[in-house]
Amino acid sequence: MTRAHSGEDAARRIDEAIPGAAVEYSQTEVWILPQYIQQTARLLKEDGALDFSFLNAVSAVDYVEYFEMVYHLLSLRRNASLVVKSRIYGRDDLSIHSVYDVWKGADLQEREIWDLMGIHFEGHPNMKRIMLWEGFPGHPLRKDFLG
Amino acid sequence: MTIKTEPVTINLGPQHPSTHGVFRLRVTFDGEVVLDVEPVFGYLHRGSEKLAESRTYVQIVTLTDRMDYIASMSNNLAYVRAVEKLAGIDVPERAQYIRVISAELQRIASHMMATGFLLNDLGAFATPLMYCFRERERILDLFEMLCGARITLSYMRPGGLLQDAPPDFWPALDRVVKDLPASIDELEQLITGNEIVLTRTRNVGTLTAEQAIDNSVSGPMLRAAGVQWDLRKADPYEVYDRLEFDVPIGADGDNFDRYVVRIQEMRESVRIIEQCVRQMPEGGPVRSPAPFFIRAPEGDAYSAVEGPKGELGFYIVSDGGIAPYRCKVRAPSFINLTPLREMLVGGKMGDLITTFGSVDIVLGEVDR
Repeated sequence: MTRAHSGEDAARRIDEAIPGAAVEYSQTEVWILPQYIQQTARLLKEDGALDFSFLNAVSAVDYVEYFEMVYHLLSLRRNASLVVKSRIYGRDDLSIHSVYDVWKGADLQEREIWDLMGIHFEGHPNMKRIMLWEGFPGHPLRKDFLG
Repeated sequence: MTIKTEPVTINLGPQHPSTHGVFRLRVTFDGEVVLDVEPVFGYLHRGSEKLAESRTYVQIVTLTDRMDYIASMSNNLAYVRAVEKLAGIDVPERAQYIRVISAELQRIASHMMATGFLLNDLGAFATPLMYCFRERERILDLFEMLCGARITLSYMRPGGLLQDAPPDFWPALDRVVKDLPASIDELEQLITGNEIVLTRTRNVGTLTAEQAIDNSVSGPMLRAAGVQWDLRKADPYEVYDRLEFDVPIGADGDNFDRYVVRIQEMRESVRIIEQCVRQMPEGGPVRSPAPFFIRAPEGDAYSAVEGPKGELGFYIVSDGGIAPYRCKVRAPSFINLTPLREMLVGGKMGDLITTFGSVDIVLGEVDR
């Protein structure tokens, strides 16, 4: 059985290494401030006790007053999972740092989020639309997008 | 005297029989050597995730059929499991067994397609493909008995199945399962020792274990690279913890290993189906009473299954309404394309199509 890594433990470890990054946690999830995403990602991957080497999925959800980035992480060696979330407030010119430097698996997934959700990833080597064509008006998965 | 050369950029696709759908590769060549690759897709983008936000939980089952249309059963299973996790719905035991049987049949059908098309890409045009299609056809006939459809099945529902299997299904399944090992042997006789296949696929399109993990690759591609990771073992769902089967892995992560892993997985699937038929309860309900308009409590849930192409996951967010607030798909075909550039650059033009074919993608799932 894949064991869910305790959000409390992850939050404590993140807070020790990067003070102020973790803001909230639940049993299986940890919320961090968006400006610390790249540092946190590196810590989660490289800390031997955490060892989250596999980025399972990157998702974005539009909650109208904020956007939530959701990273599903997996440690194949420990057979453990962790969900990292980060809230980005506002609706225009949104951006967060890419985690491509840490996990290459973010490449196409981040491009998809930029295309459909309109969150720009800084430091991504090829930040272009992926499903839709350049010049398509708007980002369809946003709640205020009217076909 | 030196001859002046310069790189040439060529479009492969979007209409090309070897691209397994509407997929375009913009490739830069230096003579016959690949210098750069840029995949271009989205031609089949229908906005399934957006559509799901205005459908009820039961209606979305039909949308999942149209994602990976080679393996609708697995898509159905992944989706209904996510809804069940979110809404806390139980599934009767008999339904769980029939789910596993249909998911494994679907895995065989999907791997048959992958193997057949790999041979097609190698230039063995149509004949080996038809051998594979013959077996797949028999499995589709079984699906037709279950739900009346062959491709877009919509057989599963949150809480169970559409209906129980008809009495005729079991002897028919028995015949197919008895014949399958011999058919796989026949296929292996034609392919595995074939010198042309060996030279064309060994040490071509190699992906190491580190590269595979870094690129979030899953499924047969990850296992061919030598990583022992299968969700059916690592995080057993339905009744997989009661079944005995092995997880085949490769050593080199090249095109040949990916082919061998798929062949061995088909054999394991046959074993799983045989055990399910022996173990499953004789009768009983196949659908627990769940309302037609499911109102999942506020919150989110992620659930994944080991699909034929890799980890197929659904991340569903609910705001308490009759439709999901957000329904995101972790599509294995899409994510398995991430290391494509690494696998192709430096190779030959002739190997490009083979390597791309060995990834085994379905554009319905890549574009969604």
